[in-house]
Amino acid sequence: MPTPTLFMPPRHYLNDGYGIKSWLLTRDHKRIALLYLAGVTVFFFIGGAMAVLIRLELATPVGDLVSDETYNKLFTMHGVMMVFFFLIPAIPSVLGNFLVPIMIGAKDLAFPKLNLASWYIYIIGASFTTYSLVTGGLDTGWTFYAPFSTVSSTSNVISAALGIFITGFSSILTGLNFIVTTHRMRAPGMTWFRMPLFMWSIYATSLIMVLGTPVVAITILLVAAERLFHFGFFDPRVGGDPVLFQHLFWFYSHPAVYIMVLPAMGVISELVAAFCRKQVFGYSFVAFASLGIAVLGFLVWGHHMFVAGQSVYAALVFSLLSFLVAIPSAVKVFNWTATMYKGSISWQTPMLYAIGFIGLFTIGGLTGLFLAAVGLDVHVTDTYFIVAHFHYIMVGGTIMGYLGGLHYWWPKISGRLYPEFLAKLSAGIIFLGFNLTFFPQFVVGYLGMPRRYHAYPPEFQVLNVLSSAGASILGVGYLIPMAYLMWSLRYGKIAGANPWGAVGLEWTTTSPPPTENFAETPIVTWDAYEYGGKLEGHVA
Amino acid sequence: MWTGTPLFPERASTMAGRVDALYFFLIAITVFFSLLIAGLIVYYAIKYRRRDPDSVGEVIHGGLILEITWTVIPFLISMVIFVWGASVFFAMSRPPDETLNIYVVGKQWMWKFQHLDGQREINELHVPVGRPVKLIMTSEDVIHDVFVPAFRVKADVVPGRYTHLWFQPTRPGRYQLFCAEYCGTRHSGMTGQVIVMDPSEYQAWLSGGAPEGSLASAGAKLFQDLACNTCHRPDAQGRGPVLEGLFGNTVQLQSGQTMTVDEAYVRESILQPAAKVAAGFQPMMPTFQGLVTEEQLLELIEYVKSLKTLPQVQTR
Repeated sequence: MPTPTLFMPPRHYLNDGYGIKSWLLTRDHKRIALLYLAGVTVFFFIGGAMAVLIRLELATPVGDLVSDETYNKLFTMHGVMMVFFFLIPAIPSVLGNFLVPIMIGAKDLAFPKLNLASWYIYIIGASFTTYSLVTGGLDTGWTFYAPFSTVSSTSNVISAALGIFITGFSSILTGLNFIVTTHRMRAPGMTWFRMPLFMWSIYATSLIMVLGTPVVAITILLVAAERLFHFGFFDPRVGGDPVLFQHLFWFYSHPAVYIMVLPAMGVISELVAAFCRKQVFGYSFVAFASLGIAVLGFLVWGHHMFVAGQSVYAALVFSLLSFLVAIPSAVKVFNWTATMYKGSISWQTPMLYAIGFIGLFTIGGLTGLFLAAVGLDVHVTDTYFIVAHFHYIMVGGTIMGYLGGLHYWWPKISGRLYPEFLAKLSAGIIFLGFNLTFFPQFVVGYLGMPRRYHAYPPEFQVLNVLSSAGASILGVGYLIPMAYLMWSLRYGKIAGANPWGAVGLEWTTTSPPPTENFAETPIVTWDAYEYGGKLEGHVA
Repeated sequence: MWTGTPLFPERASTMAGRVDALYFFLIAITVFFSLLIAGLIVYYAIKYRRRDPDSVGEVIHGGLILEITWTVIPFLISMVIFVWGASVFFAMSRPPDETLNIYVVGKQWMWKFQHLDGQREINELHVPVGRPVKLIMTSEDVIHDVFVPAFRVKADVVPGRYTHLWFQPTRPGRYQLFCAEYCGTRHSGMTGQVIVMDPSEYQAWLSGGAPEGSLASAGAKLFQDLACNTCHRPDAQGRGPVLEGLFGNTVQLQSGQTMTVDEAYVRESILQPAAKVAAGFQPMMPTFQGLVTEEQLLELIEYVKSLKTLPQVQTR
């Protein structure tokens, strides 16, 4: 493309007010997105540092680096930090916050003050959990299984649980804000079926956030109540049922998996369309697959409990439903692949992340079938096979999607380009490091190595060393983007409104956009991803 | 370091082959679809790479036939896996009629095994080869989980209830037993070994020592010590139900329901006697919660079970 000299727009959301107050009291969804970006990045690196210590400990079969108690606290806080304070908020609260209003041609979310309140609630919740971390830690596992969490553990269960309880409200309010915004704030002509697929996946995610989060909030309150006042909810010695806890916990925490991965799927749809310059194959199938996953995702929680003592027939029903929820995910993978057919495919960094996502998510999804098959799940559940499987979904899926999206929209967010070569290099390092870390865990899991083990039989060492080596590569891979994205804020090339030649309302406004997003409200007369056989089309 | 690194677990139970067969089938499915998707992506990414910076993709909206194809085919494949997985699971959850029963009590952080003949073991379980073994398990504190990779079986050990696990060892040897449900500080130390022996060796081991006599006889003594026998008399003259011949049969409850007398019912009747009172009796039995340990409960249960074999005295 001929590159005319590009300038930053004279007035945009980043220079609309300076000073700490203009950020901490902002109601601009784009600034709030950046507040979230700061928050989730901090917790990602805290959680990541714990993962490094875990992998260092597991490099040798004997527990020698840290004590068993410390090890248990490390994997617990790794899980808590990553799940509740990074994976769940990352894409919806950072990219979703930034993009939802812009993608539908709105000036802001429906409830801007509520949006800012959501961020404060998130930070307050995170503070409680961080407090429990620095004042001695938590050793229940991120799953808080009773009666261990309610009667046995002597660690900081209450403050950690309170943090998760509080943060849940941030999730509920954000979901509510997105739902109302999607219904009420679309620009003239922006019909439901003209919305980018990212919107559909965020909408489906928001439904889960609003409907599911209250259940985990109640569950956590029950844990706290049993711990403090010895009510007999889960402790059988006072008439409770420990399996009840698992039902309640997974009723939220399985759908929570889809809170983490659906938004990433939405990002991938955007990336594949933009870097193939082509409409996503089977738009409506991909859109409805998101809703299908959101609905079916609520009906499969029992597959976490095949060996927990539920009835044989309950296990079979949950197994059947778990296979059904795999179908819409498969449909999405096939549609993304078909989108590439006869596209104009650019190999820029975001597309590399998209390709990485599709590959890793395919493996993550297919290994899910191993776990849905009850008779096979019995052997592999609670082993490293599970650990490998969900990291392929959470790290290979969600984080690849998040990083891909962050690179794709970085020029819009910052007005500047990231350094392409370094970005490609780090995407490659992350892909390699990821597979080296987690692929051996499938093997060691089938061999029988249980998860959450501080020490393990020596015959598992080689596979664990491979995994630890991979983790160190992966860690470097994550630090590089952190460095060059910061660098690019000041020194990156000016991006211009549409550096990718992509369609979508976000590319019709300046980079960075003005506080009100658009000079005047756009009127939409075209479908999503309408490249129309030529580039100029709608790139205004 | 590479030598002696297994990549596949040994098989030592009748279930192992069945689980592995399903595993291999799923690996084949996974490899096929991963290669298909990866192959197509790489092929398209190269073939349709952007040659001219201004070029765009061809206008293709979708295709109903393709959508149906890649919905129906994964659906059919997943139903095959579902049925296969379910049939393996049925076999796992239904022990044969004749099993060698062994009681398991998990506690932080050790495994206690009680054989019917009275042998007690900690973190070691001796069983004979070729005979189906059923573990009847409970926990004293938090949830644990018995996992023997070589047998491909696993089940949670839950406080307040009995869970079951059965396996039939096929090869003598020593096999790792892990606690697979996180249970606190020394979770990774809560391991043990299943020692599978030839039947003759096993007999020798059995006769080696059971100082306190069989589990049922220990239960009989406890039954006297706790004065259970004052109300539960074999002659139907007591204030409580006759226990002889009771286990495995159904009882009528006051509420009108019927219950099968199993381990869980006997346990509940000792700990919460008022919960399910047999028809025709008063809820007057005191609770023994806190007075008997999990192990003593098992002895009492085994005693009640043994009463089945006594001659039927009279039927009133």
